[in-house]
Amino acid sequence: MDTLLLSRIQFGANISFHILFPTITIALGWVLLYFKLRFNRSGDRKWMRAYGFWVKIFALSFALGVVSGITMSFQFGTNWPGFMEIAGNVAGPLLAYEIMTAFFLEAVFLGIMLFGVSRVPGWLHTLATFLVAFGTTMSAFWILVLSSWMHTPAGFELRDGVVHATNWLEIIFSPSMHYRLAHMLLASGLTVAFLLAGISAYRWLRNDRGTDVRAAMVTGLSLGALLIPVQIFVGDLHGLNTLEHQPAKVAAMEGNWETGGNVPLLLFAVPDEAARTNHFEIAIPHGASLILTHSLDGEVPGLNDFVTEKGEVLHPPVAPVFYAFRVMVGTGLAMLLVSWVGVGMMLWRRRGVEALPRPMLWAMVPFGFSGWVATLAGWYTTEIGRQPWLVTNVMTTAEAVADVPPAMVASTLAVYLAIYVLLLVAYISVIFHLARKAGETGAAKPDAGVMRPGMGARLPAE
Amino acid sequence: MMTLFGDPEIWLPVAFAAMMGLSILVYVCLDGFDLGVGLLFPFAEGDEKDRMVASIGPFWDANETWLVLAIGILLVAFPAAHGTILTALYLPVAVMLVGLILRGVAFEFRAKVAPERKARWNHAFHAGSLMTSLSQGYMLGMYVMGLQITWFTLAFSLLTAMFLTVAYSFIGATWLILKTDGALQRKAVGWSRGGIWGVVLGMGAISLATPLVSPRIFEKWFSVPEIFLLMPLPLMAGGLIVLLWLLLRQMPKSDDRLAWAPFTVTTILFALGFFGMAYSFYPYVVPETLTIYEAASAPESLVIIFAGTLFVLPMIAGYSVLSYVIFRGKATELRYD
Repeated sequence: MDTLLLSRIQFGANISFHILFPTITIALGWVLLYFKLRFNRSGDRKWMRAYGFWVKIFALSFALGVVSGITMSFQFGTNWPGFMEIAGNVAGPLLAYEIMTAFFLEAVFLGIMLFGVSRVPGWLHTLATFLVAFGTTMSAFWILVLSSWMHTPAGFELRDGVVHATNWLEIIFSPSMHYRLAHMLLASGLTVAFLLAGISAYRWLRNDRGTDVRAAMVTGLSLGALLIPVQIFVGDLHGLNTLEHQPAKVAAMEGNWETGGNVPLLLFAVPDEAARTNHFEIAIPHGASLILTHSLDGEVPGLNDFVTEKGEVLHPPVAPVFYAFRVMVGTGLAMLLVSWVGVGMMLWRRRGVEALPRPMLWAMVPFGFSGWVATLAGWYTTEIGRQPWLVTNVMTTAEAVADVPPAMVASTLAVYLAIYVLLLVAYISVIFHLARKAGETGAAKPDAGVMRPGMGARLPAE
Repeated sequence: MMTLFGDPEIWLPVAFAAMMGLSILVYVCLDGFDLGVGLLFPFAEGDEKDRMVASIGPFWDANETWLVLAIGILLVAFPAAHGTILTALYLPVAVMLVGLILRGVAFEFRAKVAPERKARWNHAFHAGSLMTSLSQGYMLGMYVMGLQITWFTLAFSLLTAMFLTVAYSFIGATWLILKTDGALQRKAVGWSRGGIWGVVLGMGAISLATPLVSPRIFEKWFSVPEIFLLMPLPLMAGGLIVLLWLLLRQMPKSDDRLAWAPFTVTTILFALGFFGMAYSFYPYVVPETLTIYEAASAPESLVIIFAGTLFVLPMIAGYSVLSYVIFRGKATELRYD
């Protein structure tokens, strides 16, 4: 394998590992603020116990997000020096603003949020929780601004092959930015919603049925049921936006080779790039035309339009984009089913969490991580779908790669992969360990009670 | 705004070089002490380890962010240099990243896993700190040597790798003198007394080697009148080392007086060393190859960041100080309450 492919796998592995954790912390920060505010208002200590449990998972996720993020900031230089040399005038300020407006804010106030309850007044602790949530969201904002600009660049001009900024508002609010940001923030909300529900279901199944577990479960399931239709709607808008600005990506997502109308929606197929056709198609007639153009005979772009006369392929590799898109949509629909059935059962005769049968609870546990699957699949769709471009129509990924020996990239890649697998196993097992431990210690405590706001329940960091 | 301070192609690179320098210095002092605490881990007993971690708990994450800022400024302000430096240092950077990953997550995991697995993450915390310190020291050496790999530069870089590791352990030990008491504090004093000789040797070695390797730096140091302007730097450094040695000899004081002094003096010492290096390398960002003016991004991009920085950096400084004020005093058990 050559340096380019190895570097792509390496960056893909790092960014995939990285995004798992911000996806959790972005929304979990706001959920923690919600718990804290509910406690401030009601004085009901179940909210503080829910806070105390989930803040540990927040801290753990945050640490993993930070260290994997640092890795990426260095890899821009070690593996992709061409990117900053050509696009640095736009990418640079955006990354700088992320560091200055988000990273320090999160990092400093995280310390106060985690360890400061007994040292600072209640309002300052609530403020710290808010600022951490705000910081994670700001970080998402800037990085999605940059990502969107790379997909749909605007507000710049090329001078001697180098990007120069001409209009910062156009750069920040590039054509796909609103959709991409909304889609990602919703993805984060859904990931956390299902994680809350999944881990709470696990605790519930282990007879750890305190009011805090109940509160987290209701919060998670309701949030999931609420956000998933919004996400489907926003996802559709995002798809239409992609059709307008990156038709080659949509062609790959639909597995459509020839431009034309009445294009079917492929539920399943095996795209064959060598033969430039699909095998084993299962399709709904007119489906893709209907979804993308809202008319049965609407024109859908085909992949063959993106091959030059010299045979140069300017569309993304078809199979990964095609499959990733289906995994994302499939997972999303399953999430819709689980959350709506769950909420439906809880609302039925107002029986609440008790209405959930054991099979339902067992299904919710693996669905605790369904947000990860959908988020990763979504990112693969959009990022592989951008290939061969790094910045659409400005520079290709191949132009950015560093001139380092493949063996060097391969060896570091192997080390990173080993560490990531290890850490992922450790992370998931620690979450379940914390869930079990919370049940053991929680059983000894009184189940509910009212406390004065500002007087947190005492919870050790372990 | 752009022409307010004269030619933006001159003052912007200088301003960003200064900011990057400041970030590196702040990083070396702040993450230096928490890396140092990790390096000293094997010398401490079980409960002491928890207190050592507690002394850096609320800070380490923000400390590490200064590295991200420094590398971010290199990335955004001097993109050409960023690529050149980081591809030349590909492997040590990878070692450092693995080290940073290990220690960052070990910090969380050791507090959250089942007790029988805690020792494993303690090892990871130490190993990560060691990998980070050694690779940073190695990169420092390579940078001083102009990023050329020969047997001599390799040997020199291995020396600086050891030196920086000792220096981090030293500032870590002085941090523990400030943040702990009792037996652990006495231990920290002992560690500092041993570490100071490493600091003296290391700073000496770099100071000797740097002008010998580079005729340009030799010229900058030993010509008249520069030599007279520079003289205070080594003199002050020598004075501070003597002061440190005297301080450490009588530590810990019965009423914990002056517990802050070794850490503060060490920070000043690090700053002096840093200014010496910055003076020697200016105006180069890649030694002998690329100046900050040649490597700088377009002024219209830099000025956008600069405007934001003027506003944001004081805020960052403000709430960082707030955090150190909130968590002042001796380290207590880390609790989420």
